[in-house]
Amino acid sequence: MNKDTSHINSLENEAIYIIREVAAQFEKPVLLFSGGKDSITLVRLAVKAFYPAKIPFPLMHIDTGHNFPETIEFRDRLVKELGLELIVRNVQDSIDEGKVKEESGRYASRNQLQTTTLLDAIEEFKFDACIGGARRDEEKARAKERIFSVRDDFGQWDEKKQRPELFDMLNGQINLGQNVRVFPISNWTELDVWSYIEQENIEIPSIYFAHTRKVFLRDGMIWSAEDEVVYRDDNEQVIEELVRFRTVGDMSCTAAVLSDATTISKVVEEIRESTISERGARIDDKRSEAAMEKRKQQGYF
Amino acid sequence: MEVIKIATAGSVDDGKSTLIGRILYDTKSLTTDKLEAIEKTSKQRGYDYLDFSLATDGLVAEREQGITIDVAHIYFSTAKKSYIIADTPGHVEYTRNMVTGASTSQASIILIDARKGVIEQTNRHFFINNLLRIKDVVVAINKMDLVDYSEDIYNKIKADFTELMSKRDYQDQKITFIPVSALKGDNVVNKSQKMPWYKGQSLLEHFEQLDKADIYNVGTPRFPVQYVIRPKTEEFHDFRGYAGKIYGGELSVGDDILVLPSKTRSKIKDIYFYDQKYQTASRRSSVTITLENDINVSRGDMIVKDGDLPTIDKEFTANVCWMDSKQLVPGAKYVVQHGINKVLGRVERINHKIHPDYSGIEKNVTELGVNDIASVTFKLNKPIFYDQFKNHRTNGSFILIDTQSNNTVGAGFIQ
Repeated sequence: MNKDTSHINSLENEAIYIIREVAAQFEKPVLLFSGGKDSITLVRLAVKAFYPAKIPFPLMHIDTGHNFPETIEFRDRLVKELGLELIVRNVQDSIDEGKVKEESGRYASRNQLQTTTLLDAIEEFKFDACIGGARRDEEKARAKERIFSVRDDFGQWDEKKQRPELFDMLNGQINLGQNVRVFPISNWTELDVWSYIEQENIEIPSIYFAHTRKVFLRDGMIWSAEDEVVYRDDNEQVIEELVRFRTVGDMSCTAAVLSDATTISKVVEEIRESTISERGARIDDKRSEAAMEKRKQQGYF
Repeated sequence: MEVIKIATAGSVDDGKSTLIGRILYDTKSLTTDKLEAIEKTSKQRGYDYLDFSLATDGLVAEREQGITIDVAHIYFSTAKKSYIIADTPGHVEYTRNMVTGASTSQASIILIDARKGVIEQTNRHFFINNLLRIKDVVVAINKMDLVDYSEDIYNKIKADFTELMSKRDYQDQKITFIPVSALKGDNVVNKSQKMPWYKGQSLLEHFEQLDKADIYNVGTPRFPVQYVIRPKTEEFHDFRGYAGKIYGGELSVGDDILVLPSKTRSKIKDIYFYDQKYQTASRRSSVTITLENDINVSRGDMIVKDGDLPTIDKEFTANVCWMDSKQLVPGAKYVVQHGINKVLGRVERINHKIHPDYSGIEKNVTELGVNDIASVTFKLNKPIFYDQFKNHRTNGSFILIDTQSNNTVGAGFIQ
């Protein structure tokens, strides 16, 4: 049998190469795990990279406290099954310690607050490399992100001082205080991730599949009304719809889409035919045209 | 089919971003929300057309200046293939970005403004494409709508460019000329009705029909050991696997191999990809190899086929593209990262600077500044196992790392 090099397999080979470089070049790497499909894909790739040995670094979840309960359940089960170490740090703690202030109003979200908790955790554990599931196709500012992206003492991203990356040579040398964000699935598109999940038969949280949910409409988007986390005006009427989530972040900034896709293959088909981008359902990017770039400069993932 | 990565090079206002936006639009790769954002911004700026360049010029600084500064990656796919476009800036001060974008690409587009023809920058774009040995190059003669879709103008530019081709070092590079209008969509994805004199393919049709053999130079197999896998579990008590990516050719179970630098002989016992064993693995596979003998192999060592050795040397000469504002000078020391292997290197001498517009070389050079390209000889503290860049794109290239800042400050192609 030959190892083939189809489109999806060549992306897989590239990602495994990158993950192995992280393990080889850094002393204290960590895999940032959100419970979303991209980080689940990363875990799968890491398992493959080191088989038959275990993944030689822990996972870390920055918990906003506003995650979908299905995501947390899934996270704990996955970690147990694979026998991995999981570190959890809570945004709530950063709020309680007065390091960040909770947003208020209609569009209040804890998404931005994650940055402080993340940077504190990097400092606490002295992580020198954080593996994340960001992809270049998600957003314009991310299209210029490196695979090894060096951050300064403040966790900040300076897009003008990015290191050139030639061929597949990854330069992981850093100075004291710096750390690197690593994006092994940089070159994957949303469809690639879904195709891979289908090909590998990877289990994902149930909220990615069509289900009946109490929701309300705002700004042409569908918001979950089942949890108190999402602010809802009294005049915003609750209805029941068949929906699924296309991206799973903080509940307060993740909108649902109408869908009857109950299986992976139906989801893949839906994405293939979709005319709205993935981040179109993320309200945090709509704040301004340069929203993502600004958040990245501040140290956001 | 693998993903094809295409580098684009053009000068300011050649319409490179517009071309990419047009490709995305005509292949229906722009989603409704992205298209709406483009429509909104185009209208705000008072344009009576859709400014497709807004789809790609991502950073605030670029939107302000209306130019592309960094390498941006754009993704789209057709029923046949998946594509990544590395959108790189064209000005002379961004030569390093162009080299970077081209280093990971298998094909490229050189844009020429039909009104301006072959200019100094075109020479440089072609030089870099040729230096980096990109196998398939399309010369897209853009803005044909502004020259009345004139066949004479197209022919004149084609003749000028062909003259340039005689100077190139890599003669086997395949070059295709296509007249296009990115703004109007002629010959980008769809064939133009306005240029019946042009019998060739549209830009996308050209890339769609490319085969693996058209874009890859397959060298001999090189297997740098990235990571040693020792599970030390009961089930895999004695397992000692060498994880890495195969560069060039393929490796099979039973192959007689040599481990460098020790030159220890062994045979490939198993090839794993995850929990599956394979008889053969080909280039670019990230596999784990076990050997028949229990020998000492560590990261940075290289497994090669017996009888097919690379050069093992502590000295080499390379074409270097310098990328740092601090000059490269003879005697300076840098970390030479060759694949995954890192050694310390000293600049022995700068042989000559190469004018990247095919206008010749300059001798007696004492230092290299940012964006300079030159032939440089290095001495290393330990031997590396290299091939000439012309024979092996991956095992013939390296990067230079500043020992103090740890930044990547240069790239080299071994001669």
